[in-house]
Amino acid sequence: MAETVEIRWHGRGGQGTVTAAKVLADACLSGGRHVQAFPEYGPERAGAPLRAYNRIASTELRMHCPVLEPDVVAVVDATLLDSINIAEGSKENTIFVINTTKDPKDIRAKLNAGPKQRVVTVDATKIAIDCFGRALPNSPMLGTVCKVTGLVTLEHLLDDVRKSFGKKFSQKIIDGNLEATKRGYEEVKEG
Amino acid sequence: MAKVVAVTGNEACANALRQVNPDVCGIYPITPQTDMMQRFASFIADGKVDTESILVESEHSSMSACIGAAAAGGRVITATSSQGLALMWEMLHIASGDRLPIVMPVVNRALSAPLNIHGDHSDAMGARDTGWIQLWSENGQEAYDNTIQAFRIAEHMDIRLPIMVCLDGFIISHSIERLEYLEDQQVKDFVGPFKNFLPLLDLAKPKSYGPLILTDLYHEYKRAQHEIMTKVKDVVLDVAKDFEKMSGRKYDIFESYRLEDADIAIVILNSAAGTTKDVIDQFREKGIKAGLLKPRLFRPFPYTEIADALKHTRAVCVMDRADSFGGYGPLFMEVSSALYQADTKPLMINKIYGLGGRDYLPSHAAQVLTELNEIAKSGSVKTVKEYLGARE
Repeated sequence: MAETVEIRWHGRGGQGTVTAAKVLADACLSGGRHVQAFPEYGPERAGAPLRAYNRIASTELRMHCPVLEPDVVAVVDATLLDSINIAEGSKENTIFVINTTKDPKDIRAKLNAGPKQRVVTVDATKIAIDCFGRALPNSPMLGTVCKVTGLVTLEHLLDDVRKSFGKKFSQKIIDGNLEATKRGYEEVKEG
Repeated sequence: MAKVVAVTGNEACANALRQVNPDVCGIYPITPQTDMMQRFASFIADGKVDTESILVESEHSSMSACIGAAAAGGRVITATSSQGLALMWEMLHIASGDRLPIVMPVVNRALSAPLNIHGDHSDAMGARDTGWIQLWSENGQEAYDNTIQAFRIAEHMDIRLPIMVCLDGFIISHSIERLEYLEDQQVKDFVGPFKNFLPLLDLAKPKSYGPLILTDLYHEYKRAQHEIMTKVKDVVLDVAKDFEKMSGRKYDIFESYRLEDADIAIVILNSAAGTTKDVIDQFREKGIKAGLLKPRLFRPFPYTEIADALKHTRAVCVMDRADSFGGYGPLFMEVSSALYQADTKPLMINKIYGLGGRDYLPSHAAQVLTELNEIAKSGSVKTVKEYLGARE
């Protein structure tokens, strides 16, 4: 792992994108690492495009501004690919994680991704509907981000999902989200 | 053992307040109040603290309730932000004039109009002359640590003054970061039991607070307030020393970063200091001797110490996240006043940045350092005050 990993999340209000960034920060706290998780605050409306950010580092994080050159771009809602430039500020080796039904090769072409940039897809919305009956793709997206970055083990991430969702939801919803996270980790396609 | 957590600045301050377990808390629970008081209200509801909450109809009333409770003899807290602090303004003077050691975290946010509640220092700078002590915090850890130390400073028997702990709105208050919590017992022992001083509820010794004082003594009363402020610095340093013994974390009246041999320096408060430090490292790698000074104690302002720390530099930019329209930024005014008394002094510029939550980016810090380097070389300043990164 590089010294600092910077992640930019793109989602729409109501999809749990901010929660995903928070759960990831919590999970990455192990091993003495420094973490940040913060959304971009604006008028908070369901369906409106939003960004959230993570920084994970082995040393103290002093930077307090949005992530400008992300190592990972996680797109929770594929319709955003048509409305905003999700590749803004991307680096030569940025990893794109996209929630889509489409083939990763098509997404790579659409993004015009460079040879060292990885493009990874997962059908997170379908996984969420299968596992707990709602189109909330954040937990499978977390699984996928965890897989492609190797920041934490799946077991560790599941523990944190259990803790974070356990405060708010019934056992059935928690179990569904745990299953969804696991499937997000496993059902990764790369092209 | 310290507990490592990933929490927001608001959560951290609320937790510090829980660990202190104050007697009374004034709460006005509507925006621009943040979730800090909401979290503290949960601690009250869950029986985690013995604090009596007074829910009020405005921030003016919240401070009024705090004043009453503090004069009665309680350890009292509240928190506020933006317009809420502005509405308290009248009562802030009464809290300090009556020497009531109220502790109040202030989440720094912009003032209307136009309506904006993002990160900005205009609220606390507007309370500069209210007689409160002000501590400023770069990140969640500092906000937590400052909140705990604030009780010892405010309640010190030589001081007995109210204190604000300032932290940046959203950038720190609503963002999750790693920080270390102290044990509840450690905080309890550090802060100690509340010592009363002339409480109203001591019915055997009746007294009154804030009575009419005419031309014969008001002037002397205000001089006394100034005199107390001159003692605050030493208390802040003593408390910081004890805090370091307990936590291992070192605090001063300001932080110097790579400043000792610096040719150029930025003076900046709160979260933007962190971003600036990273850019200073990059300039140092290029062989440019850049440094930073981050005030922690803004009221009382340590003029002599700050002048001593900056007087060897060739060019300084003081950066303000607030403006005094028609004047210079409030931090610039202080730093230039400090340096005027010094035997040698740098050239100085003032940048207004990040108002209403506008992002302060590494490129902004780099732009300022580049300009400072040119000023240091040429020996002349073109424009003293400018808005940084303003769209044309």
